[in-house]
Amino acid sequence: MRVIRKLAGAILLVVVIAAIGASWFAPTDYAAQFREAPNASPSRQHWLGTDEIGRDRFSRTLYGTRVSLLLAPAAALLSTLIAALIGGVAGCLGGIWERLAMGVTDLFLSLPWLFLLITVRALLPLNVSPFASALVTFLMLGLLGWAASARILCAGARALRRSDLVVQARALGVHGVRLFAVHVLPNLRPILLAQFLISIPVFILSEANLGILGLGVAEPMPSWGSLLKELEGLTSLSDQPWKLVPLVLLMVVVTSFQMVLSPEEVTA
Amino acid sequence: MLSRIIRHLLAIVAMVIFGGLACASLVRFASGFDTDEQQLDLRLSAESLQALHESHRSEKNLSQFYITYLKRALHGDLGVSHSLNQPVASLLRGRFPDTLRLMTMGLALGWAIGLGLAFSTALPRFSAYSFLGVALSGVLLCIPAAVLALLSVVVNAPAYLAVALIVFPKVFTYSRNLLAKAFSSPHIITARAKGLGTLRILLWHVLPVVAPSLLALAGVSVSIALGAAIPIEALCGLAGVGNLAWQAALGRDLPLLVNITVVVTLVTLLANSGADVLSHAMRGKQA
Amino acid sequence: MIRRVSYLSLTILIVFGISSAQTGSELRFCLRNEPKTFNPLLVEDDASETVRYLTGGVLVRSNRQTQKLEPELASSWKLSKDGRVITFQLRKGVFFSDGTPFSADDVAYTVKQMMDPALHSPTGDAFRSTPGAVSTHVLSPHRIVVTFPAPVADLDELFDQVAIMSAHSPNKEKAVLGPFMLADYKPGSSLLLKRNPNYWKSDGQGHKLPYLDTIRLDIQPNRDIELLRFKRGELDLINSLDSEYFDRLASSSPNLVRDAGPSLDSEQMWFNQVAQAPIPDYKRKWFRSTNFRRAISLAINREDLSRIVFNGHARRAAGPISAANKFWFNQDLRPDPYSPDTALAKLQLDGFERRGGVLYDASGSAVEFSIITNAGNKYRERMAILIQQDLQKIGIKVNVVTLDFPSLIERISQSFNYEGAILGLTNVDLDPNAQMNVWLSSSENHQWNPQQKAPETTWEAEIDKLMREQASSFDPKKRKKAFDQVQEIVVEQAPFIYLVNRNALSAVSSSVQGAKPVILRPQTYWNVEWLTRRTEVAAR
Repeated sequence: MRVIRKLAGAILLVVVIAAIGASWFAPTDYAAQFREAPNASPSRQHWLGTDEIGRDRFSRTLYGTRVSLLLAPAAALLSTLIAALIGGVAGCLGGIWERLAMGVTDLFLSLPWLFLLITVRALLPLNVSPFASALVTFLMLGLLGWAASARILCAGARALRRSDLVVQARALGVHGVRLFAVHVLPNLRPILLAQFLISIPVFILSEANLGILGLGVAEPMPSWGSLLKELEGLTSLSDQPWKLVPLVLLMVVVTSFQMVLSPEEVTA
Repeated sequence: MLSRIIRHLLAIVAMVIFGGLACASLVRFASGFDTDEQQLDLRLSAESLQALHESHRSEKNLSQFYITYLKRALHGDLGVSHSLNQPVASLLRGRFPDTLRLMTMGLALGWAIGLGLAFSTALPRFSAYSFLGVALSGVLLCIPAAVLALLSVVVNAPAYLAVALIVFPKVFTYSRNLLAKAFSSPHIITARAKGLGTLRILLWHVLPVVAPSLLALAGVSVSIALGAAIPIEALCGLAGVGNLAWQAALGRDLPLLVNITVVVTLVTLLANSGADVLSHAMRGKQA
Repeated sequence: MIRRVSYLSLTILIVFGISSAQTGSELRFCLRNEPKTFNPLLVEDDASETVRYLTGGVLVRSNRQTQKLEPELASSWKLSKDGRVITFQLRKGVFFSDGTPFSADDVAYTVKQMMDPALHSPTGDAFRSTPGAVSTHVLSPHRIVVTFPAPVADLDELFDQVAIMSAHSPNKEKAVLGPFMLADYKPGSSLLLKRNPNYWKSDGQGHKLPYLDTIRLDIQPNRDIELLRFKRGELDLINSLDSEYFDRLASSSPNLVRDAGPSLDSEQMWFNQVAQAPIPDYKRKWFRSTNFRRAISLAINREDLSRIVFNGHARRAAGPISAANKFWFNQDLRPDPYSPDTALAKLQLDGFERRGGVLYDASGSAVEFSIITNAGNKYRERMAILIQQDLQKIGIKVNVVTLDFPSLIERISQSFNYEGAILGLTNVDLDPNAQMNVWLSSSENHQWNPQQKAPETTWEAEIDKLMREQASSFDPKKRKKAFDQVQEIVVEQAPFIYLVNRNALSAVSSSVQGAKPVILRPQTYWNVEWLTRRTEVAAR
């Protein structure tokens, strides 16, 4: 298992280096259109072929890594922190505060936030830069993606509130923020970690879906989400299996994250 | 216990009403609210276009709309969908069973696989499954829901399989982490040192500890399944509430959206409240 | 002996095959959306239109192949010289699907309903050239006169869209005169139409039409799944096939795909010229300049749009009318060539200057604008990206923004908070009158600057005058001359920058007999009563 962890760490490092150095490693600009060769198969000029308007897929995958690998984990961290604050604190406090917080959380889970995103798009200027648009998108995802985990964190914090560990800490005079930060939060780590690990691919995929609202990473800048959206043309995959490369890359990165960050295996 | 249930039910009613209002507000103030695709129909005369604009007038005043909606809803009239020209009540009545079936089967299967694999990570005989579970959940988290739905059509698999494959990685990831944490706690280490069997430890000492979080996850997974139902129903051609919700959203169909939100809020609240009540009951038993 | 047996077997097989083909079975294809209405007078979406076409009986029918008007429920008709009065002689012995007899009363009822101002029927609005009541006069059970308050151009052709409703039947929407009737409807899932036992038409041998027993329409918005099901044999036709699916299908089954050539539809781009639009003044100045718009048009490589976006299944557009519309297309018009140098020269006339790869206007502002289009339409998204690159070559920065349709409509028709837009125009009618609401400056659909109290430019005033002139004339030559001038002005002033006309692509299963795909809608099943489906027995 340790060997696998080290391997996972190495993979992540390679991907991060490739993303940072995309400008050097990419054979072409991500927006360059080779119009004489749209939908080309892999070749020496285009290692992963070209897309439907002749852009080099390998270059776009590299540049897309930069956007997705930077912003998705940041958004995942944001949603995890918000979930920890709301769910964790509510579970610690209990009583009316817990009921209120969880009621708001349940409502949050039920509302069609699509319309808030439509409003955000309407408020943004049309000529916003692709990166700014991506930033706003992931920020919104981070701000809206905390509710499911908050509920689970609340249940965990509630159980901890009654545990010997916390009772003893209280008896020793530890209260408030210190109790939460030092004794409760570390014990919620498994749930926080799960939330973080799940959110990364979910946000990457959601960013692409938000293109329908005018949010997401604007063309011609690529993102993993926009590259993965091509998979919805499922019937073409048998002829163009290289379209699966971004999916494989995302799977490898997400699995590597899980391997690196997951707790050591403890079995009975 | 009974007073707790009644308190929960009252809170649910209040939240549902508030949820409907919140939805109405979000839709009302979203861009494109009082537009209609029909506006682009070149045949329409100026008078018809004017009538089209006027037809949404009753929805422009939010408070008036919502109060009227609540009054009618008490008599069973949920309004008329203007994107489908049908009464909302009959639309929901006709479509809800399909979605319920899809979600129930998907959740059951997703939990069975997720929890099963998560438990196996705790058992030494099956520890290899840990890697399988991590890899599988990582893979499934990365596949867009739309692609899973399309795959289910391509291979002629039932649509609930796609829901299960969306629910499973979340259930597995949370459960695995919770179980791993529980297994590393001092009292479990003590129990193992004293020679207690694996199954006994799992059932008597680990499960009770993780049960509240798992129950909360169960409640939340209903929302996850509902969210997954939208693209899956749309792509698999299932006539469910998810499909309806997507059409309603694109058409800014306020009456339909408010009712769907009310239904979703109700289901979410019932699921999560149920989890809370069960959790409380278990705590009571343990005490 | 063996040869005789073989000939006999072959003959039996052929006869059985023909009779099997003619005894009919089920035709299956998809609707992209749920039908919004079954009232034929309120049809405005494609799915409802499909149901209307298959179930509705009309007085006259425009043959989609020959584009000539043919008698249907009306055995003959006569149009008055002033274009206000039309007299129909109706067929005798025709019954609705529920058995109620068809007569002039039903036509009168339908016209009255259609022209009721309170109904706001899109079908009725097509007849409404001026306000005023429409009167009907039933001369006999099978003869009726319909009088309009003002001349209506192409009046008889418009009745192709009017499905006659029953005046006396208790269930008006269900009593139909068309080849099929609605048998079952599963909301969100499918519709089943079955043959109308009382359909009036027969073939030359006296067999009652339609040949098919049923039509199953599945509601399926996803094109990939539609193609998959077609390949599996679960569907018999795809009425409007995307170009990338066309090529995919053609590579494995070339006999199943049909390219009927350029359709009447167009894809175009335009700039926001609304005076009150919330855009910077300097940008509004660009968009209102003819030189600017013409330059943009010259900088766009339409050949690439056709070749790359539509895989060659589109033609460069020369103007508002597709070349496929042989009579109305102005034959002197040519698509703008791709010429970045000429584009820059035109821009220089307005004081634009390219420095360091960036184009600046006379006041020193870098030329940058956004183009909005509807999300989910991958062809428009791809066109926008190609145009983005084309314009970058002359130093213009373009931001492509895809929006959901309601948000897009809101921007182009209410808030006017946009700069450039790409959309398409679906033309179901050959006659340019159908586009009246695009060209009249007072109209809501005069996209670049709608609802003008008075025309803001001389060329828009000229277009208004010419469109009214051709609408009030009945001399095809005069109408053609006026509309040719409209087309010339439009190309010269470029309020719309026409990009391409897409080809009419479809797919038809080999088991379907009699399909002759055309460019006019509905492309593949316009002659549905004559279609047959070879049964499995005959195939064996």
